[in-house]
Amino acid sequence: DQVLHIVPETFQQVQHLQHLCSTLLLDLWKPLLPEDIWVGEDLHIRVPAALVQEVKDSLDQPTVPYKVLIPDVQELVDQSMPRETSSHRQVPEGYVYTQYHPMEEIYQWMTQIQKNNNELVTQHYLGKTIENRTIYYLQISQPSDKTKKIIWMDCGIHAREWISPAFCQWFVKEILQNYKSDPKISRFLQNLDLYVLPVLNIDGYIYSWEKERLWRKNRSPHMNGTCYGTDLNRNFNSSWDSIGVSYNCSSETFCGSGPESEPETRAVAQFIDKKKSDILCYLTIHSYGQYILTPYGSTTKPPSNSEQLMHVTEKAAAALMGKYGTSYEVGSTSLILYSNSGSSRDWAHMIGIPFSYTFELRDNGTHGFVLPPQQIQPTCEETM
Amino acid sequence: MELPPSLSHAGRAAALAAGCVCYRRGSPGRGLALRAVRRARRQDVDGVGHKYHLELVLEDVLDKDSTVNCTAEVLYHLGKKTIAPDVEFTIEGELKNTDEADNAFYNQIKSLEKELVAENIPDSHGNVSPEMEPIHLLAWVASGYVMWQNSTENTKFQLAQIKHVKQVKRSDEYLEFDYMILLHEIVSQEIIPWQMTVLWHPQRGVQVTQDSRQPKHAAE
Repeated sequence: DQVLHIVPETFQQVQHLQHLCSTLLLDLWKPLLPEDIWVGEDLHIRVPAALVQEVKDSLDQPTVPYKVLIPDVQELVDQSMPRETSSHRQVPEGYVYTQYHPMEEIYQWMTQIQKNNNELVTQHYLGKTIENRTIYYLQISQPSDKTKKIIWMDCGIHAREWISPAFCQWFVKEILQNYKSDPKISRFLQNLDLYVLPVLNIDGYIYSWEKERLWRKNRSPHMNGTCYGTDLNRNFNSSWDSIGVSYNCSSETFCGSGPESEPETRAVAQFIDKKKSDILCYLTIHSYGQYILTPYGSTTKPPSNSEQLMHVTEKAAAALMGKYGTSYEVGSTSLILYSNSGSSRDWAHMIGIPFSYTFELRDNGTHGFVLPPQQIQPTCEETM
Repeated sequence: MELPPSLSHAGRAAALAAGCVCYRRGSPGRGLALRAVRRARRQDVDGVGHKYHLELVLEDVLDKDSTVNCTAEVLYHLGKKTIAPDVEFTIEGELKNTDEADNAFYNQIKSLEKELVAENIPDSHGNVSPEMEPIHLLAWVASGYVMWQNSTENTKFQLAQIKHVKQVKRSDEYLEFDYMILLHEIVSQEIIPWQMTVLWHPQRGVQVTQDSRQPKHAAE
């Protein structure tokens, strides 16, 4: 079947087309009825394959200029359907990882992921947000008789950084699709447990979908509900409130009324604190800027294991660059970006987690927070 | 006195310089963005201010593989916050010729029956339709001026989104657009609405004739 685009030039052409559509019972896509065909207005007709030649011949005498808008309708239909994966159905069928998903869909995705992979994945309650939504994390753990060290990764601390939750979902999918076939991942899981929190700032994320795309903070009310939001990444108990923050609620870096004043912060902090002796690495995913940042933001004094930290980061940046040539800068926040206190990464390191990193994903500023969905795949693949 | 500037300060000066270069050399068919800072050197000029000597790599926003080298000098004036930093630059080599695309856009807008109006470019998902790309780039280029004029050593701006754009009819050969944009200031993380009036003509380049910072919730 083909779809033809015609712009009738004369009234005679309009009549000719109306006659053609009614006698052959052609499928009018635009306009809907033959009587609405006008001179100078776009006409889109779907012509069944068997009639294509006849219709085109009829349009040639007298000449009615036309263009083929869609040369093969079936091909387009096939492309738009979710593809059947021949590989194991470990990931929810039809879930599109190269698109941004609203929170409702992410909640459903987590349930499905656990259901489809229950030998490896368990969904756990972490806490509640200020607007009383439930925060869940996923534990990816291969059954074993030895206690394993933990790698923790959280996404979506800042609402507007949509590529971050997209990455967490991609990450989980990649691990689950490949742990049996990829020796690196399989060895990884033999020795380590992965804890992934796809969206920490759930209220903020929803707000950025529904009300204000560039919202950053959570949605805690202040000053009798005249001002909203604490910057969760200034709210942790790491030199809280000492630098690079604002005490003004209307500011984007408002650090809250006290360290861990926000339920979201507390949910993460309490959990990590409890498990800290087993946590080897704390990762927190943000955008944008293309950086891998090490502690600290609150001071330029390097952390005790800075050589080790840098060694790993530099290898990571090199591996990342190897994929698509994307360059990431590495170093401490206070030296590369700006000073800030109360960040989750600094806090994790201060309580004793040796490897603590912030990833600022693509891009460099051309799209900034509003990264187009076509960049989800390359960003996630290189970061993986 | 010369010092190696911290990466953060070099980055801010570089972003400023790139914005200025983009403003001076850009068009609806050509937007330039900062790809990398090759070298940076800071010079403290007594009684005047801080001067950054930079070697930059700029990329074409529409064709990431197309890059040019650029040397720039940025002078932040001491104390006088109301004076914009001085920027001087030299581009090595030729920039891609965009006459065809520019003229096509110019003619397309000139032939519109009703003045162009649009919102949210890019949309929430980051999409920009092909028809809106020149409008988007024009804002990108013009915002380089706004960022340059309003930068200090403690700010680093990026264009986050065009909230609203409206074409203004003119009797002369220029095209005029009234934009409401959102600028992202990285150090404070603030999103700042900014109004700007932009004039353009293929042979005369981009000009911001009027601009004003807006209160925080002006764009909603």
